[in-house]
Amino acid sequence: MTREEVFEKLNEVFQDVFDDEEIIVNDETTADDIEDWDSLEHINLIVAVENCFGIKFNMGEVTTMKNVGAMVDLILSRIS
Amino acid sequence: MKELEYPFDSDYILKKKKKLRRELLDTDRTFLMKKIAVLGGSTTSDIVKILDLFLLNYGIKAEFYESEYNQYYEDAMFDPPELLDFAPDLIFIHTTNRNIRFYPEMSDDENTVSEKLANVYHEFEDMWEHLSDQYHCPIIQNNMELPSYRLLGNQDCVNLHGRTNFILKLNDLFHQYAQEHESFYIHDILSLSAGYGLDAWSDPFYWHMYKYALCVPAIPTFAYNLSHIIKAIYGMNKKAFVLDLDNTLWGGIVGDDGMENLELGQETSIGQAYCEFQSYLKAHKDMGVLLNISSKNEEENAFSGLSHPDGILKKEDFIVIKANWEPKSINTATIAKELNILENSLVFVDDNPAEREIIKKQLPSVAVPEITSVDQYIRQIDKHGYFEVLKLSKDDLNRSNMYKANVERNATIQSFDNYEDYLKSLEMKAVIGPFEPVYLSRIAQLTNKSNQFNLTTRRYTQEEISQVLEDPTKLSFYGKLEDKFGDNGVVTVAIGRVDATICHMELWLMSCRVLKRDMELALLDEIVDTCIRHGIKEIRGYYYKTAKNAMVKDFYGNSLGFEKISDDGENSVWSFVIPKHYEKRNCVIDVN
Repeated sequence: MTREEVFEKLNEVFQDVFDDEEIIVNDETTADDIEDWDSLEHINLIVAVENCFGIKFNMGEVTTMKNVGAMVDLILSRIS
Repeated sequence: MKELEYPFDSDYILKKKKKLRRELLDTDRTFLMKKIAVLGGSTTSDIVKILDLFLLNYGIKAEFYESEYNQYYEDAMFDPPELLDFAPDLIFIHTTNRNIRFYPEMSDDENTVSEKLANVYHEFEDMWEHLSDQYHCPIIQNNMELPSYRLLGNQDCVNLHGRTNFILKLNDLFHQYAQEHESFYIHDILSLSAGYGLDAWSDPFYWHMYKYALCVPAIPTFAYNLSHIIKAIYGMNKKAFVLDLDNTLWGGIVGDDGMENLELGQETSIGQAYCEFQSYLKAHKDMGVLLNISSKNEEENAFSGLSHPDGILKKEDFIVIKANWEPKSINTATIAKELNILENSLVFVDDNPAEREIIKKQLPSVAVPEITSVDQYIRQIDKHGYFEVLKLSKDDLNRSNMYKANVERNATIQSFDNYEDYLKSLEMKAVIGPFEPVYLSRIAQLTNKSNQFNLTTRRYTQEEISQVLEDPTKLSFYGKLEDKFGDNGVVTVAIGRVDATICHMELWLMSCRVLKRDMELALLDEIVDTCIRHGIKEIRGYYYKTAKNAMVKDFYGNSLGFEKISDDGENSVWSFVIPKHYEKRNCVIDVN
């Protein structure tokens, strides 16, 4: 899967979880950019991303993810 | 909504919860409004959001109070003004083994362990007692799931220092309290977590990251199970099965293969599976669920199949048997009518997907579980929680016989020319009087379950019913009816509020199983009699329209002869000025 393909799938997950079809994420996107993205919704996002790509994050990874770009890097390293 | 019925896709629900909620609310159905307080010992955010969806799907629109993180004990014991103002209709205490404050230490002797157990337990009992005194509403409490690791290995459940041993003892105390207290219900996460898989359920990742005491993907399973208890409390359980015969209750087609060649009995593995399924259904009959048949068969063949020597279910176990070639949607609707229950109380079980489809299309309120192969039937039905038991009353155990007697009674009507002669032949005896303590739970149950013959559709908890009994401004009435075919138990309830010389009927309901028996006239006679003794001159009746009570729209006028004093097209008010010489209306039931 290319980085662009990961972004495309990930974007759908964001749209579903935050119930907003206008969300478009990029490398720099963080929780500050999306209104409903609080710590409680974060868990739902993580679970949905894990299901979408068939992977599992560990605690260290979840706590250090700075932005969507970091999340994509992590996904790429896991599925390749 | 199909997405919220078993077997549901938990990941989908979690991901799409906002969209699902919008869709559930986008309807013209009227919801039952309830206020639910969730007192949590761990994060409850998604539990509440997903529970909300399952309740909406049952037709319950809840407003929630959520305690601050891990403030369940403080909220329960110290009456915060927010909770007092909220005035919950129901309280759910979401605690788990993460909230157990003391566990046995290896150096503890037997006494110390017992003391710890008593301390842990009493904190809970104190909360339950205080909440019940303060809010007079049903309480649902999780029991404890097993520990996620076993320090003492297999001895953990045996040795008194083991956490498993400690938790099992604590659960015993919880369960005992539930046995002894009305309106207190255990949400059984001990069993639920085992079914889900304890290792996945208590994945510590979710605790350390978000302080969820169960893994987030298990939340829909958890909330679904919890919603079963809540809908049962509000009288939304199913009441009856409509069962197919060929390849549902036995393997093979009785009309083609002959009774002796059916797969049923201990000889083959498939035959054994059908036996087990029949036993499962028979056990439902014993707890008060009504069994009925809708089968495309000649009646004679259906009966022949039911006479199979290895069959567990016999012809006598069923109330209504429709074995004919009519469409099943017609038979199913007729069964509801003959039993005098609503179609939404039925569960339709048929191995044929085409038949299931017809019911789903024609009778959308009937529950239609997807079943695949006989070895899976039990679980595929059981997980739905259709008949979630809150308490088994004597009435429940006897219900099947009562309905059967009813169907027999209807059969005898035809042999009388005159309806009054028929009623007299039933040799009816009634007891009517103010609420009796032994019947409070049945009375509360009736106020929550009766929809059709219910003038105001006010719902009462058992605590509220006991308060009516103590309130000097209220007149309460219950009625039991018995006849030569059997005892119907408590079938009618009325509550009047006295204001000077007028008695306002806040509640008047009757179970549809005794329709057209003049029980309502017997009750009126008693109400009038009581009013005269209290110096009351007038009785006012109120009709509040709901989606289900059109049957009694003109009850006060047509059946009782009240005069209409107002009507806004939906709700109406009726008056009856008690005459000097009131003549009793009922002449077929022997009262008290």
